[in-house]
Amino acid sequence: MAGKTLYDKIFDAHLVASDGRGDGTGEAILYIDLHLIHEVTTPQAFAGLAAAGRKVRRPDRTLAVLDHNVPTEGQALGLAGITDPDSRAQVEALERNVAKYGVPLFALGDPRNGIVHVVGPEQGRTQPGMTIVCGDSHTSTHGAFGALAHGIGTSEVEHVLATQTLRQTRSRTLRVNFTGAPPPGVGAKDYALALIAQIGTSGGAGYAIEYAGEAVRALTMEGRMTLCNMSIEAGARTGLVAPDETTFAYLKGRPGAPKAGAWELALAHWRTLVSDPDARFDREIEIDVSTLAPMVTWGTSPQDAAPITGATPDPEALTDGVNNAPRAAAIRRALDYMGLKPGQPLAGIAIDRVFIGSCTNSRIEDLRAAAAIVRGRHVADGVRAMVVPGSGLVREQAEAEGLDVIFRDAGFDWREPGCSMCLGMNPDRLAPGERCASTSNRNFEGRQGRGGRTHLLSPAMAAAAAVTGRLTDVRDLL
Amino acid sequence: MTPFTTLTARAAPLDMDNVDTDQIIPKQFLKTTERAGLAKGLFYDLRFDAEGRAKPGFVLDDPCYAKAGVLIAGDNFGCGSSREHAPWALQDFGIRCVIAPSFADIFRNNALQNGLLPVVLPRKTCEALMAEALGGNHLFTVDLERQVVTSPSGAAFTFEIDAPAKQKLLAGLDAIGETLTKADAIDAFEAAQSQSQPWMTPA
Repeated sequence: MAGKTLYDKIFDAHLVASDGRGDGTGEAILYIDLHLIHEVTTPQAFAGLAAAGRKVRRPDRTLAVLDHNVPTEGQALGLAGITDPDSRAQVEALERNVAKYGVPLFALGDPRNGIVHVVGPEQGRTQPGMTIVCGDSHTSTHGAFGALAHGIGTSEVEHVLATQTLRQTRSRTLRVNFTGAPPPGVGAKDYALALIAQIGTSGGAGYAIEYAGEAVRALTMEGRMTLCNMSIEAGARTGLVAPDETTFAYLKGRPGAPKAGAWELALAHWRTLVSDPDARFDREIEIDVSTLAPMVTWGTSPQDAAPITGATPDPEALTDGVNNAPRAAAIRRALDYMGLKPGQPLAGIAIDRVFIGSCTNSRIEDLRAAAAIVRGRHVADGVRAMVVPGSGLVREQAEAEGLDVIFRDAGFDWREPGCSMCLGMNPDRLAPGERCASTSNRNFEGRQGRGGRTHLLSPAMAAAAAVTGRLTDVRDLL
Repeated sequence: MTPFTTLTARAAPLDMDNVDTDQIIPKQFLKTTERAGLAKGLFYDLRFDAEGRAKPGFVLDDPCYAKAGVLIAGDNFGCGSSREHAPWALQDFGIRCVIAPSFADIFRNNALQNGLLPVVLPRKTCEALMAEALGGNHLFTVDLERQVVTSPSGAAFTFEIDAPAKQKLLAGLDAIGETLTKADAIDAFEAAQSQSQPWMTPA
């Protein structure tokens, strides 16, 4: 019998019941070890729970944060700092619901609050081998710890609240091997964008991705989180990395991590969480990172990514398919929305805004990478640049290291934690036509504000864009 | 959940790949605490300008598609965020079935939770169906039990759907109620895990 993939090991270890067919296509009931919740995708779930007279089965395995709606200033004011009445109503609803059912919440202004996918790992609540869900598609982030983590909708949130389980069908498995050593200026964000550019935004649909290879082993936990975070942009609900010494060192001593004797017990289990050498994946892809350059998106889908040394595509010159008409139409539409010409070099495109933040790139290492480029330089004339740490604790750490001074001295706005301009549900958003170099994850039309134009890139590349006022090859500034 | 058995309705063609959930229902409509009333935000940025004035030309605003119950779209429909507001908005508008060459996983799950049927058919078939849908005054029939879409010209196309999803839709099952019938198995799982992996239970 062939060995098991890490995905299948975790899936099988959480099987509460199944329809008995055992062929992998039937619906299984999986136990959920950790349920993270936030204010946007839960009000209707709690309402459904109340209407049916049900309670939260495991409030102790549920953790609530406030992130999507919160303004990134004045959080010490609490609710009074939220001027948008609809945003305030959602925050109030979550506060009311967690109080009613006894679910722990990190309140506004509590340094432990922040973006849900930064908080879970930072608190040590995200652990290897767990099943983790949240009503947010970027829940794949937690797979960096060797957890089976994915986004769910509101009906499923209600299902997990009531039963601590989820009905699931098994995914196919895709292993992506990142081999080689990255050139200077290339990192996890570039790996993710290069993969999505290669397989497309539906290339991972139906698959659970395992990221492997020496380039992944060499990544820090922050880098692995960036990589797993973007799995959903490749169409895969979940992406994971087998845990190793890097994982264990990150977790040790965190508030939610196992203590004393339990630590050794946990460690022994975690070391078994690898795909067996003879495990068979449904698909395998290899990418040699030594061949990559810093990546940037030019269009309105994360698959519209290219090396900064490249140019926008020419829809009239497509050669790679029998019927290129739909692709050509999509490129024309994207270039029109983005205000770019076919064949336009990416380096040199002038930008108006810079956003360093989001669940993809707002952790301490991301801020260090950006600060290293910014140090001794200044934000270009006419550019508005902001840094939004992923949590209050990331913000405190950055301030302890003096990063806030580097950013402020350079003319950056140093903000309080939250999802901020990644999705424009709070006051941080682009004006129509504004062009933004952004470390976030989606460049969809209108994502950062109606008519806003988003270029996705790494924190170092965002910093390079800020100080030059243009999309710039960060390697020129190293 | 409202069961889905058979639907006979007009269909609207939306010939775009990668229709993402930010397009289906933009962020400003996610601030509601209700499920109902989201039709006003459906494809908002494609239908209205920045001042909220109707933009001409979007398919669902064409009077001949106003009563469409089926939407036919391109590849990777519903990619992006996990917002269940996307199927809620489609349903609130009157769409009960989306036909596309492929769907994003989370959108598909969310649709199934709400009695909205995602039908996967090859791109060429979708293109042919879109052509037949033009003008809107033609009825399509979607029969879930038989797994067949019948176009206005009478052409029939069989589609695949996994058995649990089909059963759930046909019966309009309350998934939570179903799962709670396995409460003993959940109790047993928790008891076993607290023995073998005690660190998993938060202090």
